[in-house]
Amino acid sequence: MYQYDTVDRQMLADRTAEFRGQVARRLSGELTEDQFKRLRLMNGLYLQLHAYMLRVAVPYGSLNPTQMRKLAWIGRTYDKGYGHFTTRTNLQFHWIRLKDAPDILDHLATVDMHAIQTSGNCIRNVTADPYAGATAEEVDDPRVWAEALRQWSTFHPEFSLLPRKFKFAITAAPKDRTAARVHDIGLVLRRARDGALGFEVIVGGGMGRTPYIGPTIREFLPANRLMSYMEAILRVYNRHGRRDNNYKARIKILVAALGTEEFTRQVEAEWAKIGDSVDLPDTELARIRGAFTRTGFETLPARSEVFEAAKASNPALARFARNNLKPHKKPGYAIVEISLKGIGETPGDATSEQMEAVADLAERYGQDDIRVTHEQNLVLPHVKLDDVAAVWAGLHAAGIATPNINLVSDIIACPGLDYCALANARAIPIAQHIAEKFRDPDRAEKVGELKIKISGCINACGHHHVGHIGILGVDKKGEEFYQLTLGGSGAEDAALGSSLGPALPYEKVADAVDTLVDVYLRERQDGERFLDTFRRTGVTPFKEAVYADAH
Amino acid sequence: MPTLIELKDTLARTVDDPFTHVADGDDLATGDVIVSLTRFQADGERLLSEGRRVGVRVAAGEEVEALAYDLPRLSVVALDFPKNLDGRAFSNARLLRERYGYRGEVRAVGDVLREYAAFMVRCGFDAFEPADGASANEWQAATGRYRHVYQRSADDRSPAFVERQG
Repeated sequence: MYQYDTVDRQMLADRTAEFRGQVARRLSGELTEDQFKRLRLMNGLYLQLHAYMLRVAVPYGSLNPTQMRKLAWIGRTYDKGYGHFTTRTNLQFHWIRLKDAPDILDHLATVDMHAIQTSGNCIRNVTADPYAGATAEEVDDPRVWAEALRQWSTFHPEFSLLPRKFKFAITAAPKDRTAARVHDIGLVLRRARDGALGFEVIVGGGMGRTPYIGPTIREFLPANRLMSYMEAILRVYNRHGRRDNNYKARIKILVAALGTEEFTRQVEAEWAKIGDSVDLPDTELARIRGAFTRTGFETLPARSEVFEAAKASNPALARFARNNLKPHKKPGYAIVEISLKGIGETPGDATSEQMEAVADLAERYGQDDIRVTHEQNLVLPHVKLDDVAAVWAGLHAAGIATPNINLVSDIIACPGLDYCALANARAIPIAQHIAEKFRDPDRAEKVGELKIKISGCINACGHHHVGHIGILGVDKKGEEFYQLTLGGSGAEDAALGSSLGPALPYEKVADAVDTLVDVYLRERQDGERFLDTFRRTGVTPFKEAVYADAH
Repeated sequence: MPTLIELKDTLARTVDDPFTHVADGDDLATGDVIVSLTRFQADGERLLSEGRRVGVRVAAGEEVEALAYDLPRLSVVALDFPKNLDGRAFSNARLLRERYGYRGEVRAVGDVLREYAAFMVRCGFDAFEPADGASANEWQAATGRYRHVYQRSADDRSPAFVERQG
C-alpha cells in the first residue's frame, strides 16, 4: 500500500474544501442543477434513477483494512448498508443524499481516499494487476507505475477536458488480468534483453458501441520516459480526437481513423518535441517505490500439512481451495480470491459486515493488503497456506466463501435498468438466473473457466464484448431482449465476441446459456476451456442448439 | 463589453480592455484589435504596419502552430473555449508558452468558467474574459485553491516531485 505524504494529504484536503463550497452553492440555489452537474461530475457524483450515486476511487484496486472499514462505515451511515465494487475497481454508493456528500468526502480523506476523477472526460482510475507484488509472473511491481500515473493524471491541467473519458490499465505479467488491450491505454511492463525496464504501449482499445482490440504502438518504451510519452499520446488525442459525437470521441476512434501507423507517427513526433522535463526523476520513482508498505515473508515449506489436513476433512474448503486460491511467488503462501458473486446476489455488491470481515481477515492473515479486481471480486494477495482454513472460515461466516472464481457464475454485470438511466434492459437479474442454473458446484467445476459478461446497454459497462459468453441487453419495442456473443476475451488472448444469432427474450437467456454449456461439454477435447472449444468449432454447433426450437 | 481579468504574480484584477474584438465580416475599427486567425492571415501585415497592437483569436479547432512565425509581433493570442467543455485551448496555451516561448498575453475567451481557472493558469493563460460573471476576487480564489501540483506545466509552480526533494 502506498503511504500518502503531506503533499498527497493536502491535495485531498484542498479538494474536499472546494467541493463543500460547490455543494453549498447548489443547496442554496445559487447554482442550478445544470450548472452544478459539471462540478459534481468532477467528484464522482452522479444523479441516477433513484438517488445520487457516489463513486469512490480505489486507485489501482488497492485498499488497506482501515480504508475498507471506512467504506463499510460510510455504507452503513449514509447508504443502505452496502456498496458496489465496479469493473473499474472503484466502489459505488447508490443511495447518497447530496447534503451528505461533502461529509462523506471528508471521511474518505481521513483514510487517504477520494472520488477525484471517477467521472468526467478526464483520466480515470488506473486498473492494475490485482496480483501485483504476489505473483511470480511479473517483471516488476505495476503498482509503483500505477501510483506514478495516478499522481501525474490528478488535476492534470491540460487533460481535464478531454473529448471523452480516458482509462489506463497496467500489468507486468504475461497473463493479463487487467484487460489491457481493451483500454484507452494498456501498458505491459517488460524487461529488455539487457535487463532494462520498459513498457509495451497499447493504445485505442475499447468497448462501447464500437469495440476495438488496441494495437501496440511501441514495443518498448524506456520506463523512465513513461510520463512524457503519455503526455504525447494525450496531447495528440486532446487536439485531434472527435468532439462532435460523444459515441465517436474515445481515442480508439481516432486511432482507427488515422490508422495505427499515422497515429504512432504523430505521437512519436510530439514526444520528440516534448523532451524529458515532465518525466519523473529516478529519485521520485524510487521514493514512490519506497513509500509502499513492505511485505515480509517467512521462509516456509511449499506444502502446508495443516492446510492439507484441513482440506481432507472439509470438502467445502477443498473446493474453495481448488477454485479461489492462486499460486504465490513465495513458497507456503497463496493468493486468495474472494468472490462477490454469491449465487442469487448482485455481482460486486458487498455489505458493510462483509467489508469489515474482509478487513479483519486482511489484518490478521493478509499483511493488511486487499485488492479489488476488474472482475468485481476481492483479493487477499498474501495469505500463508497455514492460515487459509481460518480465512475460509471467516469468509464462510460472512457469506462470501463462494468457490466460483472464473467459473460460470463468476459473472460481470453492469447495474443495468435496476439502477442506471442509460440502460435498455436489466443485467443483474440475468446474472442471478444464470448463477441459479449452475447452483450445483460440481457441475460448475466440471464446466471450468467460463467468463460471462452482461451489459444492460450498448455502452458495454459489463464488458460483454470480451465475455467468453457476452450478453447485451437491447430494447425491442419496449421489451427487453438480449444479444448473445461468443468467443470474446479481455485477457492476453484478447478478442471480441461474435454474434450467436437473433436476440433472445428475457426469460430465454439463462436457458440459452445452459444450452451453450451443454454443447461445450459435448464438443470439448482434452483440457479445453469453453473459449478454446468455441475457437476450434466455430459458432455453428452452438447456434444450432440454441435456435433448434426455431427450426 | 466583457470584463477582462488580468493575472499577474498570482494577483487577479479587473482591467480596461484596450483591444476591440473584431468579427470577420466587421469593419477593422481603429486602435488595438483582436481578429480571427483567417482575418490575421489576410490583413495582419496592414494592421501591424499601421502601428496598431494586434491580437489573434484562435478557435479550439485551430492550431497555434499556424502563428509560429508571427508570435513576436502579436500582443495577444486569444484562445477560444467553445461551449460543451472543450479543452483543446489548454494544449494550444501550453504550446505557446513552452514550445514557442511566447511572452505576450494569452487570453481565455469563450465559455470561460471559474471551475477551470486553475487549469488555465497552469497552462499559461494570464488574461480571462469570464463567461460566468466571476469577479477578480472570485477568479483569484478559484486559481489559488490548491497548495500543490503533481505535474510540470507551463506555469512556474514546482511539482510535488520537486517539492519532495526539499
